[in-house]
Amino acid sequence: MRITQGTFSFLPDLTDQQIVSQIDYCITNGWSIGIEHTDDPHPRNSYWEMWDLPMFEVRDPAAILVEIKACRKALPNHYIKVNANNPLRGRETVALSFIVNRPQREPGFRLDRQEVGGRAIQYTIHSYAADKPEGERYDGERTDSGNGRG
Amino acid sequence: MRTTLSSNERYRAGVIPYAKMGYWEPDYIPKDTDVLALFRVTPQDGVDPIEAAAAVAGESSTATWTVVWTDRLTACEVYRAKAYRVDAVPNSPGQYFAYIAYDMDLFEEGSIANLTASIIGNVFGFKAIKALRLEDMRIPVAYLKTFQGPATGIVVERERLDKFGRPLLGATIKPKLGLSGKNYGRVVYEALRGGLDFTKDDENINSQPFMRWSERFLFGMEAVNRAAAATGEIKGHYFNVTAGTMEDMYERAEFAKELGSIIIMIDLVVGYTAIQSMAKWARRNDMILHLHRAGNSAYARQKNHGMNFRVICKWMRMAGVDHLHAGTVVGKLEGDPLMVRGFYDTLREPHTAARLENGLFFEQDWASLRMVMPVASGGIHAGQMHQLLHYLGEDVILQFGGGTIGHPAGIQAGATANRVAVEAIIQARNEGRDYLKEGPEILERAARWCSPLRGALETWKDVTFNYESTDTADFVPVATPTY
Repeated sequence: MRITQGTFSFLPDLTDQQIVSQIDYCITNGWSIGIEHTDDPHPRNSYWEMWDLPMFEVRDPAAILVEIKACRKALPNHYIKVNANNPLRGRETVALSFIVNRPQREPGFRLDRQEVGGRAIQYTIHSYAADKPEGERYDGERTDSGNGRG
Repeated sequence: MRTTLSSNERYRAGVIPYAKMGYWEPDYIPKDTDVLALFRVTPQDGVDPIEAAAAVAGESSTATWTVVWTDRLTACEVYRAKAYRVDAVPNSPGQYFAYIAYDMDLFEEGSIANLTASIIGNVFGFKAIKALRLEDMRIPVAYLKTFQGPATGIVVERERLDKFGRPLLGATIKPKLGLSGKNYGRVVYEALRGGLDFTKDDENINSQPFMRWSERFLFGMEAVNRAAAATGEIKGHYFNVTAGTMEDMYERAEFAKELGSIIIMIDLVVGYTAIQSMAKWARRNDMILHLHRAGNSAYARQKNHGMNFRVICKWMRMAGVDHLHAGTVVGKLEGDPLMVRGFYDTLREPHTAARLENGLFFEQDWASLRMVMPVASGGIHAGQMHQLLHYLGEDVILQFGGGTIGHPAGIQAGATANRVAVEAIIQARNEGRDYLKEGPEILERAARWCSPLRGALETWKDVTFNYESTDTADFVPVATPTY
């Protein structure tokens, strides 16, 4: 399966040049870029690991691409996404969020059903990958789970 | 000018003109705490427009048809609404814009019902006027702060869904009536699985003999969760909890919550108080509240009588809904582009300036009330995506129906076409392309690798709804000369 979280998951994977264009748009709007990664892509996992702090001062999209590449190199089989943070009063949330790296094989999710009273069912979404310990969830992965920046 | 009567003359038993009773004050300067209303007044032949405006002020506040001495037991000058300005409507003989100010203490805190009982109460049946339309209101910050506002709001909705930077996509299940619960859930599953974020009950699907409400909820949640597991995305179906009594609505809403639904829906026809009650319930229960504007066109569409939809937008933001249908511009339902812009800004801006060409007569500070997500629904399809983004922006739900379900290759294909189209146009916009002009080309290019999009474009490429709008601006923007 292909997880379709993020703004552009229905398009073919973005090229680095296309990623730079999107980052340029974000920076032009005054949004700061943060890179995040995870091996637990549950749809309600709100807190992916941060690849360092959002880059508030960086105005050069190419410099952010360097960081994306470093993150990919350290964690080739993690999901990696780019978040743009908009600090505008009344928004103060993410303005754009898209995946820039995904594991070679995406096992997806199982839907667990617990029959309860009447005809009702309680549902739980279970990530197959999360059956393994953190850091060992996808093939060919390093065993340490840090952000790879030492 | 204002006519001042002595106390003896003013309170002599009998009938005197409203303008002389204190309801016309051309030199009145509205206070920041006043509620302001703008009415389009069409007086009966021979009735002076100022007297008609004063009558509207009087009948929507303290007045009755004759002088009453009991006024003198009150601070009646404060409680009288004041017509303070009357302008002829451009290019509309016999119609006048009447500006009226109301002291805030005329209205109960946090009650749309009380506000509307005055503003659109008896006054609309008043014989001295042929027709009356409430065009706009300015709600003072102090009064706004007595309302909850949207239970969830655009920001928190996006954070809960983890969906940013693009319009959300939905589809209304069709046929709207007649499907069994199991068949209904099939359509929900296919549409969500194919790429939509939301599916929706239609306004008139409640609990009919062919499908009782809990049957729909049970099968619907199976569909929602199956689609979420298949895609790794959060999905939702707006379960319409509209019912004959509040008790029934609460029962249905509670059941939707127990089943794990993230969103419920109500119809505008349930009434203002019921809407406010459900908004409070939604805030308490972390539920997104979708409002379908069923019924509004019965009184909002004609230009001379009723009320403008922008006023409904204001009241519903105060009442506390999270989604409101507000027009598509390009679809099958009424919606002039400039007017729709005014509705959308009213729902989702922190502050709106007065802009006559958009029908916004007053500046409005929203006092940090959360933003309502507008919903564009009715006759839209993937081939219009560039126009939809241009007219409606990205904080909107594009609600397809036939434009998903009617796809020749099936519902999933229809949903995929919608999603690929929106992502391709957003990508192009962000890359700085002139996406409105190049839209057809951008979509054609995506259709080369996406056969569902190709099918959608081929099926609906020539479908447009070019009819004259009835609700249009009275003012045309003119360029300010530069020197």
